[in-house]
Order: sequence, then C-alpha cells, then structure tokens
Amino acid sequence: MADSTLITKVIDFLQGDIPAVHRPYASLAGQLGCSEADILEVIHKIKAQGIMRRFGAVLRHQQAGFVNNAMVAWQVPVGREDESGVQMASYPQVSHCYWRKVPEDFPYQLFTMIHARNEEELQQVLNAIAAAIEIIDFKVLRSIREFKKVSMRYQLEDWLLPSSKEEV
Amino acid sequence: MSNLDRIDRVLLDCLQNSFPISATPYRDLAEQLGITEDEVIARVEALKQKGIIRRIGAVLDARAMGYYSTLVACRVETGDLERVAAAVGALAGVTHNYQRDHEYNLWFTLTAPSAEAVNRLLQQLQQQTGATMVSMPAVSLYKIDARFEMSDDSGR
Repeated sequence: MADSTLITKVIDFLQGDIPAVHRPYASLAGQLGCSEADILEVIHKIKAQGIMRRFGAVLRHQQAGFVNNAMVAWQVPVGREDESGVQMASYPQVSHCYWRKVPEDFPYQLFTMIHARNEEELQQVLNAIAAAIEIIDFKVLRSIREFKKVSMRYQLEDWLLPSSKEEV
Repeated sequence: MSNLDRIDRVLLDCLQNSFPISATPYRDLAEQLGITEDEVIARVEALKQKGIIRRIGAVLDARAMGYYSTLVACRVETGDLERVAAAVGALAGVTHNYQRDHEYNLWFTLTAPSAEAVNRLLQQLQQQTGATMVSMPAVSLYKIDARFEMSDDSGR
C-alpha cells in the first residue's frame, strides 16, 4: 500500500471513535495489511506535522458538568485586538478566542467561547476580563437552542499530506 | 457531576491530555492509575455510554489541512428558524449551529476545502433559504483548546 493511502486510512479511522478494547488498532492493521507499529508511526507523524492538534478524548461539555456556556463577543479599541485576544486566551474557562472580521452593525471584533460550571463562575470570568482589558462593549450570546454540534469529518479521498511524499 | 468518582475524573483528564500513542493505550493508562486494564476499559465504556465522552480520537487542525472556516451570523424570522436551521445543518461542513439570544439569532460554523468553496456554499444557502447571512472569518486565532479540567474543582 502506498504511504499516502495508509495515512489517509489511518486519519479516517482516527476521525471516528477509537474503541475501548485491549488492542484498538489491531483490526485496522489487519484490514490494511500493516502492523500496529505502522499505525502508531502515522499518528506520531501527523502530530509532529501539526495536522493533528490533539489526540485523545473529546468530551460533551454539558454532560461533563460545564453547563453555563456562552459565546461572548467583545468590542475593543481598534489596534488593540492582538494584545486583548492574547490576554483573553489566558483564562482557562476560555476555550476558543478569535479576532474576526465583523460587519458595521456588529462591531465586536473578539470572540470567546466561555465554559463554566455555574452562572456565578461565568459572571466571574466576564467581570475579570472586563476589569483587566479595555472593553468598549460586549455581548453575551447565549445559546437558546442547539441545532447541530458534531466533530468535523474531513474527506481525504484524493488528498495527500503536504510534503508527505518525500518524508514518509 | 456527582456520579463521577475520583478515578473517573483523573481518567478523563488523562484521556484528554495524554492519551498514549501506543498499541495498548488502556493498559498504559491502567499502569499510570494503578488499576487494571479491564477496569480502565469498563470505565471508558461507561463514560461513553453516559454521553460524557463524545469520542476518543484525533482532533485535526483545519488550517494545517488547508481548510477554510468561518463563523456565520443570520437574522431569521422566529417562525422561519427551524426551516433555515435545517437547511444550514444539512451541510456536512456545518459543525456548530445554534439559535442565540440576539438580533442575529442563528449562528453556525462552516468549514470547507477553500475560501471559494465556503463562499459558494453560503451563496447557495442564502438563495435556498432567503435568509441574509454574514460571514465573519477569523483574522487571528489566539486559542482553540476545548479540554475540560475534571479532577481539580478548585482550579476553575
């Protein structure tokens, strides 16, 4: 099997759920006609290349006890986005922090996802950020209804890792 | 979560932060935690059954893979929300789709192999639904780390 095919098949497998069994890669290795060590090598490789940014369990935060979650959009002075974004990112309750291109009728350039165990903790984080960073205004965009929440499945049929051909 | 004991909590942190790249990851975790491999497997299975673990696997980096993603905000008449949300959610590249408490009341993320593909999909969606959609692509990313500290209640 070509290396790129092996990588594609392993990535496809890893985008699903690794089973809770003694040898979770044994049946995949059997199907692909390779060894478990070959599969582990691919995992190390995509991690080193940064294609995989994390390996392990993905939790459902509501079920895990983080029930007060909000997307918060912050308006900061133009030119202060970077330093403000870096500072917001340092809070452990902030899981995501982006500077986004926003329309005129929504001038809140920085977006954070905040996860807290209760309303009090959520308010504490909001207050701490508002106290530490110069904020013009902010909007707490609470979710009223979840229509969809899934992990992205990348389709890799015709896809080769950039620069993987020479290195594998 | 009252029904999680101390071992479950430490296990959840290990599974999130340091899932071993090994042919026998659950045996490795068992040695770390001082319990049997069968117990680790039973606990992981139970945590999946309870819905606490969505899955164990790779979280891929959209940017490193050359993908483009954006956050999209829409203003939709309340009575029309379900129809528009269903059309949005039907796209494979939409991973998060929420009604939110604002005039922009429907927010979703869209990921596709290129900026062109994302814009084309958005155009099609707008034509199909009649809703106005505003794309807010990232200028900079400061953090993306959806891990949840489970064993240290005081730390958060």
